[in-house]
Amino acid sequence: MHSSGHVALQHHFDDLDTQREASTFGMWVFLCTEILFFGGLFLLYVIYRQRFHGVFVQASRHLDVKWGGINTAVLICSSLTMALSIWAAQINRRKLVVVFLLVTMAFGATFLGIKAIEYGDKFHHHLVPGANFHYACPPGEECHPEQAQIFFSLYFCLTGLHAMHMVVGLGILSCLLLPAWRGRYNAEWHNPLECSGLYWHFVDIVWIFLFPLLYLIGRHVA
Amino acid sequence: MAEEHAAEHDGHVPSRKPYFMVWAALMIFTGLTVWVAGLNLGPFNDVAALIIAFTKATLVVLIFMHVAHSSRLTKLTVVSGLVWLLIMISLTLGDYVTRGWLDTFAANR
Repeated sequence: MHSSGHVALQHHFDDLDTQREASTFGMWVFLCTEILFFGGLFLLYVIYRQRFHGVFVQASRHLDVKWGGINTAVLICSSLTMALSIWAAQINRRKLVVVFLLVTMAFGATFLGIKAIEYGDKFHHHLVPGANFHYACPPGEECHPEQAQIFFSLYFCLTGLHAMHMVVGLGILSCLLLPAWRGRYNAEWHNPLECSGLYWHFVDIVWIFLFPLLYLIGRHVA
Repeated sequence: MAEEHAAEHDGHVPSRKPYFMVWAALMIFTGLTVWVAGLNLGPFNDVAALIIAFTKATLVVLIFMHVAHSSRLTKLTVVSGLVWLLIMISLTLGDYVTRGWLDTFAANR
């Protein structure tokens, strides 16, 4: 049952299966570049971390495990609802696709809201690298504010790049809403939904690594 | 007819259950990683954190991202992404970690 006359079929593909395979492959190739994009920053983190180990552990205690943990849970829930929106398309439940997309976007917006609270807190405590950076060392401990600044630079670069990806993800999902409402995504064809989901889940995976590496490394000391 | 097609595609019958199971596992692993980080295991804190994170990432890739049911081309692409990451990390660390060795050699001469 190959659908050569399907509305979603581009002229340069023979059938929807070929088109689906090609776009999924293309999306994964893009995600490979994203792995290396974030990987470069992770590598920088690893190098500085092994060099300034003690200070990284100390500075990490300034991050709020409660907010970081809640945000981890929020992203995991958003990944679930993203997967469920594709499931809804597979069983031809048009409205359910839209509902799950909206819930996914709500979780994404919640994540960014919590991130904004955290960033505001860091500004308030002068922990943003730059002229106003002021790192108060815990009494009786080794003190290297300039090394702590490197930790916070990495924190803002990594979480900032991640937050930018969340914003892009929200943009992508918002573009899917109208077509989904019009019933474009169904059991026969839902690859735009699938590929956008791949992006969304990838951003979730990045956070899965960011959370322990940034928020939890000082926990065994405190 | 449409459902038939989805079912026939790679024998992947749409079911919600795996998604909820992965969601529950991810939540449990998140709690686990917070708990383990509170113990003082020395260098094994990092090992434990990374093992948990890789397990979570694998679940997301296989189930949420449907790689478990995807073509061999897609699987190969995913693995190649990881291989490139591994090359970048191991070559760079091979440089940085061994830099101090030069001083040791110079001192022994």
